[in-house]
Amino acid sequence: MNTAVKERIQQDFQDRMDRDELENCMRCGFCLPVCPTYIQSGYDETQSPRGRIALMKGIVDGEIEPDEDIEKTLNECLGCRACEPACPAGVNYGQLLEEARDIFNQNKKHSLPAKMVRKTVFDGLFPHQNRMENMTSLLHFYQHSGMQKMTRKIGFMKLFPESMATMERVLPDVPTRKEMRARQKYYQHENKPKATVAFFKGCLMDTMFMETNKATIELLQKVGCDIVVPDTQNCCGALHGHAGEKDKAKELAKKNIAAFEEVNADFIITNAGGCGAFLNDYDHLLKDDPEWADHAARFTEKIKDITTILVELDFHKMPLKLPEQVVTYQDSCHLRNVQKTFEEPRILLQSIDGPHYQEMNDAARCCGSAGIYNIVHSELSMKHLDYKMEQVKHTAATTIVTTNPGCLLQMKLGIEREGLSDKMRAVHIVELLIEAVDESKRG
Amino acid sequence: MEKSIVQRLKQIVGDQNVETSSMSLHSYSYDATPGFRKTPDAVVAPANTEEVAEVVKICNEHNIPITSRGSGTNLSAGTTPLQGGVVLLFKHMNKILEIDEQNLTATVQPGVITQTLIEAVEEKGLLYPPDPSSMTVSTIGGNINENSGGLRGLKYGVTRDYVFGLKIVLPNGSIMETGGKLMKDVAGYDLTRLFVGSEGTLGVVTEAILKLVPLPAHKKTMLATYEDIDDAAKTVSAIIKARIIPATIEFLDQPTVEVVEAYNQVGLPTDAQAILLIEQDGPESVVTSDIEKMAGICKEFSAVTVNIAKDEEEANALTTARRSALSTIARLRPTTFLEDATVPRSQVAPMVKAINEIAIKYDVKICTFGHAGDGNLHPTVPTDVRNKEEFHRVEQAFAEIFEKAVELGGTITGEHGVGAMKAPYLKLKLGEAGIQAMKGIKQSFDPNDIMNPGKLFFEADQEEVSHR
Repeated sequence: MNTAVKERIQQDFQDRMDRDELENCMRCGFCLPVCPTYIQSGYDETQSPRGRIALMKGIVDGEIEPDEDIEKTLNECLGCRACEPACPAGVNYGQLLEEARDIFNQNKKHSLPAKMVRKTVFDGLFPHQNRMENMTSLLHFYQHSGMQKMTRKIGFMKLFPESMATMERVLPDVPTRKEMRARQKYYQHENKPKATVAFFKGCLMDTMFMETNKATIELLQKVGCDIVVPDTQNCCGALHGHAGEKDKAKELAKKNIAAFEEVNADFIITNAGGCGAFLNDYDHLLKDDPEWADHAARFTEKIKDITTILVELDFHKMPLKLPEQVVTYQDSCHLRNVQKTFEEPRILLQSIDGPHYQEMNDAARCCGSAGIYNIVHSELSMKHLDYKMEQVKHTAATTIVTTNPGCLLQMKLGIEREGLSDKMRAVHIVELLIEAVDESKRG
Repeated sequence: MEKSIVQRLKQIVGDQNVETSSMSLHSYSYDATPGFRKTPDAVVAPANTEEVAEVVKICNEHNIPITSRGSGTNLSAGTTPLQGGVVLLFKHMNKILEIDEQNLTATVQPGVITQTLIEAVEEKGLLYPPDPSSMTVSTIGGNINENSGGLRGLKYGVTRDYVFGLKIVLPNGSIMETGGKLMKDVAGYDLTRLFVGSEGTLGVVTEAILKLVPLPAHKKTMLATYEDIDDAAKTVSAIIKARIIPATIEFLDQPTVEVVEAYNQVGLPTDAQAILLIEQDGPESVVTSDIEKMAGICKEFSAVTVNIAKDEEEANALTTARRSALSTIARLRPTTFLEDATVPRSQVAPMVKAINEIAIKYDVKICTFGHAGDGNLHPTVPTDVRNKEEFHRVEQAFAEIFEKAVELGGTITGEHGVGAMKAPYLKLKLGEAGIQAMKGIKQSFDPNDIMNPGKLFFEADQEEVSHR
């Protein structure tokens, strides 16, 4: 990083960082014991929220020059935001982190390959649902044409980082383009009508995890919801926001707000903790945009996770049954720390007849998935995952339940890495709930 | 710092345990005290007592200051490296070495988190009573060096009452062991007690033998609200006079209750002028009868409501609210100053009233909470350090609070330590003779003044520190 770049970054920190928010950190250290990177690093202050905030403030105050070390520690933060509920002063760490990363990123010359990957992913792929569909149908072709078999046989995936190679094995069996195109835009309630909701389908959830979305809609119907799925919605922008691509995130946010304003629903339902949290932050993301600030505020008020609405509409009082098994729950960091939803999934799981629910030690600690963290910081991510799998094993669970696609893939990865795929599975909570409904019908 | 010295430090503790990057140095330039910051020259993390001794020898040889640091939760700038030099970390020395169930002791390294120790001994049916509010973060080494108190101080005492023995690296690099697993030991000066609360100015504690007590079988929590602070204070005196020593009697004033409730939502009445949180532990019959008697006393002194927590969950919620009081006040304004002026418990009411008058006089907001049972109050000021004019008024208010505390037979600090923050006021409490006696001790242990320099003693020409 040369002097000119450093100066530009410093200037941007001074212009853009929220000084009051930085000042609000009283350095009490209450965030330390809940920070996965602080613990994983062997108690290194530079890897803690308090340390990272001090570094941001140091740059703003001109006490320290921005450099590669600082950029690295900011990037190596999981962004799980476990520090936020632990912070007595209510410092909004996630927003500080995103702003700081965005500044570093904007002043950075990415290497050509990195630039290409970023452009493909952030500009070319996620914002365009049809392209997501194309990619998914490509994946379907890969999985069903014999190519997957061949790739595995010749050991092609060995050329990739270990976590990516394992990831290739645990990807869900994805739908065909035809199946994806057959999705409806409106679904009617079963039983008594109770609410009209709009469903935020999510870019990945809508393609790679279409089954999860299907289950979500069925559950909503069962509790009496009429469901609208606005077809002009798109990716929530979380991946962009967390990776220092704030402007792109804002564009996506505006499109989504407009899409959901067209359908005037009581709530907007999500089934991905990470997306939900980012949708929840739209009001902050657009707070300085006079044209959009109010719209964003109204939008965020309506966001609700699927588990929340299910509990509110008494789903857990319906007959639910499953064979005997030990079930445990891995919190989605953003569902827990940002949307403050952690009781509802547990209430739902404990209302199923048959299984034994066993709470996992440190269930709230990040599994290391963290958006694209497990791809870009593969080695660190696997350390977090190893710790997580230790805790899973202590519960003797055969079913790990999650509430976010990233967590779901990571837990599948963990199971695969531990060689436990014949006796353990990871599922999204809605899939387990649908199983429980079906099972209870069978009597 | 000279490269050759960094090299020698690396030879002792390993390359990866000496940090000199600008990021690392910045990250160890502060603790939890607002207004103090100074960048050290190196951050060193030794693995054992012998490595500490070698590091100390080099520093003594070259007059390099050493600031020992646990988790950096200090509130008197005691762990800010005000004169640069080496920040000594104990992140590798964080093991519980032994829990001795026959002698009821725990032998620990300084980097053990207080809460970790408390949980480990509880599993064996034992109690380590000192429980500072920062115990989920703070280390035992920090607690020993600051002689930390906590909520259970009234009945169980403070850290110094639970330290049986220490292993210490002296400033010249020699290793000394004091005390032992001994209830009785009068072999010479009580060096254990001298080092407890010495704020890292005499040497480096590298191991400690701590006293444990049996875990009380039962615990009950109650809460009383008052329309008048005086009534709350009278209740405290009456409880002690009735020969009941509860585990804790905590006090929260109205501004404190209001913010604590806003954050924790445990159902505290936000309009009360004062709240007492009382806890008793021990055998069930004693606890029940004590709590009943105390509830009676609360009512006798015009408590508006008296609630006895129905179950552990409710009790935990109430104590959690008190534990987070300090940090919660931080929500009001960007900067939070927390003091710990302490008076004899009979003087709590006059002290609280004086604090309220001082708040009006200097036009600053002061939330007061604390350990009413042992007279240890925490007048806390939410402010903004960037507002120089207001900050000046805050300083004036605190100076007057310290004077008043000493006048009432109290002290300038009950449990946070003097550090740099309260060094200017130490004379108020000790007088010139006391200061000289302490300086004599410091001089004989640490003639080169390498151990946490700039703390305890205030020099008029002390280097101006960064106030950001």
